[in-house]
Amino acid sequence: MTAALAIEGLRKAFGGLPAIHDVSLEVLPGERRLIIGPNGAGKTTLFNLVTGDLQRDAGTIRLLGEDISRLAPHRRAHRGLARTYQIITLFPGDSLEHNIVLSLLGLSKSRWKTFAPLSVKSSLHEEARRVLARVGLDHLAQRPIAELAYGEKRRVEIAMALAQKPKVLLLDEPLAGLSREERASVKQLIAGIPREVTVVMIEHDMDTALDMAERITVLHYGSVIVEGTRAEVVADPRTKEVYLGE
Amino acid sequence: MKRVAWLIALAALLVGFPLASGEYYVNLTSQILIFAIFAASVNLLLGYGGLPTLGHAAYLGVAAYLSALLYLKLGFGSWIAAPVALLGTTLMACAFGLIALRAAGLGFLMLTLALSQVLWGTAYRWVSMTDGDNGLRGLVRPAPFGINLDDATAFYYFALAVAVFSIWMMARFVSSPFGAALKGTRDQPRRMSALGHDVWMIRWVTFVYAGFWGAVSGLLFVYYHKYIHPISLSLTNSAEGLLAVVAGGSGTLAGPIVGAAIVMLLKNWVSAYIERWNMLLGFVFVVIVIFMPDGVVPGVRRLIERVKAARGKAQ
Repeated sequence: MTAALAIEGLRKAFGGLPAIHDVSLEVLPGERRLIIGPNGAGKTTLFNLVTGDLQRDAGTIRLLGEDISRLAPHRRAHRGLARTYQIITLFPGDSLEHNIVLSLLGLSKSRWKTFAPLSVKSSLHEEARRVLARVGLDHLAQRPIAELAYGEKRRVEIAMALAQKPKVLLLDEPLAGLSREERASVKQLIAGIPREVTVVMIEHDMDTALDMAERITVLHYGSVIVEGTRAEVVADPRTKEVYLGE
Repeated sequence: MKRVAWLIALAALLVGFPLASGEYYVNLTSQILIFAIFAASVNLLLGYGGLPTLGHAAYLGVAAYLSALLYLKLGFGSWIAAPVALLGTTLMACAFGLIALRAAGLGFLMLTLALSQVLWGTAYRWVSMTDGDNGLRGLVRPAPFGINLDDATAFYYFALAVAVFSIWMMARFVSSPFGAALKGTRDQPRRMSALGHDVWMIRWVTFVYAGFWGAVSGLLFVYYHKYIHPISLSLTNSAEGLLAVVAGGSGTLAGPIVGAAIVMLLKNWVSAYIERWNMLLGFVFVVIVIFMPDGVVPGVRRLIERVKAARGKAQ
């Protein structure tokens, strides 16, 4: 079976300081993969290399068998890659619906239409409302993002990525900074992502996300230290070493 | 409904205005209309694309010079000169966009400035072609369908028609799906590319489109003055366009029009009474920025809403 995401020998250094050091990993289609590691382990850098926000120094990144490591970020999105950000990156002045429309527009041919007005009755808007209904935010569709609670913004982040029906979805600390109730609702949302979508999720805090993963990769100083099933990783002494500093 | 009524009133005012006013004010308004097209095209970049340009005079000036040179050197009438000047300037925008859009923000600003300064210097120094500091004179206004545009009122209606069409075309552009994406690249460029939008291409297309409408304003400019001088390509001219957008309200449709009116009134009307009109322009700009930091149009809109809210409370 072709891996949904296959990374091989990936390297990235910032001014001589290696941030990602020879990382290789494979995520199978439909898998739920958790990448954990302490602060500065290179988790977000790894995501940025996969999406193309950062240029890799060496190595290859394959999406469903296709080498995407030289493609511009927007082309990777068209190949079926979507992401969320650790620091919420939405369009705060625009309505929820408009945020989702921008997401749908990214993969739609009509994004190059320069003279027909973007009508609120367009199929994009209908689809956006459906997406919002799926994440339980349709009652807020016309509200500007700036008026939302933090947990709701997190759900919009995920909804924006899901709207594109990605093949591989990268979630960057989707639970960070949430209250317990908000965390439960976001977790529920992630658990409801269809199996066609491969999910790779970064978490800083190991305990909060353990139950959501099938396989876990532990990243430390830019290298993969441990990889395996949940039980294997938890039992591994190197995991404890990284997290407890012993 | 109310909006339609306002638009009809405005249209009636603009159409009826020359009947009730002297030639001086008709000419002044023509100049405001020309400058409004220019400012609106700057607004596409600054207001909707978040790309601060200090070199937009390049498109106004080059279109004006091309049209003038095609007439003076080759004897082409405006039916040929105008489209050739527009096409030539737009092609220049295509090339300049490739260079300027290697950067965003301040880098973009400096590149646009540098490119336009090259043209300004060329217009000054290439005396055999441009007659340098003397400028090009002996130009004529076009006479479309035999209508003599030398008459102030006739030219006013011509400028009004072109301005309405131009601004309408730019308004359509920003309210299209493409325009929505453009505003997205202004607010969150990284997010937009992660969503599959080609941020560079969106900016480049906008750059070229803005260059085209800058060229349209340049044609009207040279028709109005029947004269062109290197100063039209100068930093001052670019900066006045930027100033008009910021003062009127960047990222709004009415902003550049109001801003253009403010700048032109100060430049032409007030300067007849006050010698140091530049100082006054600076002062007015400072006052606007202090009291309405996002420009006159959004500022006044907020003021009206506040008055309405206060009235609603009183009742």
